[in-house]
Amino acid sequence: MKYIDEFQDPALARRLLDDIAGTVTRPWSMMEVCGGQTHSIIRHGIDQLLPEQIELIHGPGCPVCVTPLEVIDKALEIASRPGVVFCSFGDMLRVPGSDRDLFRVRGDGGDVRVVYSPLDALRIAQQTPDQQVVFFGVGFETTAPAIAMAAHQAKRLDVRNFSLLVSHVRVPPAIEAIMRSPDCRVQAFLAAGHVCSVMGTLEYPALADTHKVPIVVTGFEPLDILEGIRRAVRQLERGEHRVENAYPRAVRPQGNQVALSVLREVFTTTDRAWRGIGTIPDSGWRLTDTYRDYDAEHRFEVTGLTTEEPTVCRSGEVLQGLIRPHECAAFGTACTPRTPLGATMVSSEGACAAYYLYRRLATPRMEETTSID
Amino acid sequence: MCLAVPGRVVGIEERDGTPMARVDFGGVVKDVCLAYLPEIEVGEYAIVHVGFAIQRLDEESALATLRLFERIGALDEEFGDAWARAADETERAPEEENR
Repeated sequence: MKYIDEFQDPALARRLLDDIAGTVTRPWSMMEVCGGQTHSIIRHGIDQLLPEQIELIHGPGCPVCVTPLEVIDKALEIASRPGVVFCSFGDMLRVPGSDRDLFRVRGDGGDVRVVYSPLDALRIAQQTPDQQVVFFGVGFETTAPAIAMAAHQAKRLDVRNFSLLVSHVRVPPAIEAIMRSPDCRVQAFLAAGHVCSVMGTLEYPALADTHKVPIVVTGFEPLDILEGIRRAVRQLERGEHRVENAYPRAVRPQGNQVALSVLREVFTTTDRAWRGIGTIPDSGWRLTDTYRDYDAEHRFEVTGLTTEEPTVCRSGEVLQGLIRPHECAAFGTACTPRTPLGATMVSSEGACAAYYLYRRLATPRMEETTSID
Repeated sequence: MCLAVPGRVVGIEERDGTPMARVDFGGVVKDVCLAYLPEIEVGEYAIVHVGFAIQRLDEESALATLRLFERIGALDEEFGDAWARAADETERAPEEENR
């Protein structure tokens, strides 16, 4: 119990762990979808505190990690052009493209700027009308409403030197794809709390029903995660497969209706490639035809660009829960957070980075868990 | 970026026809768009993601989360200087390889 003293409420954590231990009678594996949850699990050693029958599989829930190389290369190409101000969230700077990253583009003279919000990029466009300002819109359903609002505002205010390079992804089709995979070992999901703050929970009952899989909406603080696991284990032991909301303080079933209406106005669903995984039908958002003028891929004519991912990096298998980070030969040697080969090592929400930061050397329990696989 | 951080609304105004707020994240104050949470009032807490308030949160949960984020360095990652961090990581890369 070496980590438990770091919990906000160690006594409550212990009660939750005891409850889980008292409930579980056989091995179960569950996937936490959100990269923030992965980070929290590894940081607090939650997987090591749990009964050995429970295996946590790390899901694909890190938008930086799943943005395909092709899109990164498009970003690098656009950011390198003269007259372009390329705006991005800070965690995209060091994501490797085929031969460089945005940090390098800036070093080579590109006008790359880090913004906190897509509205900051829109403001830059208003202030510099002689420059083309492009915002790199990456993220899950939590981020998409912000990007949608930037497009909506640009159109409303008739800002014509602003466009968006969009690579948004949706969680439910990813769950569907994971469950349909012949290698799937996932028996329950801890759904991403803040995605559901926006989207609500109404997309999930059909998934739970079709695949007979419990889905528990979970926050990302250590106690939230333990509570999510506790509820998932209860359902599994009882043979149930319902959607439960273990994060009601931030998630309402109907989600954020205002955000959903702007999302529907600006975006439409589309097939989307996930880095290391491949194309998942209907798993992304693109701008609707009404917003085509704001689509940077068309404005800068980079739609044809395609690329191959490096073969040594096994991040795709990590993202699908097929292997653990340290089972990749490059982990911690050729691939570190300072010299990442794959995006799962770049972002702090990536499973590889979380393992590297908190468990550089494999612990005995990790070996045990691996051998159970 | 994936992280949504709770903060306290300390001021509200309208800008370009959009409701905006100043939000205090445990000492760091940022502009936040209220378009998706227009009914929130000064003094209340909201979960904020990439400059947008997305859901209300009670004070106790908000403060507990802020304390946790501060302890694990997440606030610095969200609001710190991303360029400095990227430069630092690049400089340290050769040293890392030698470990």
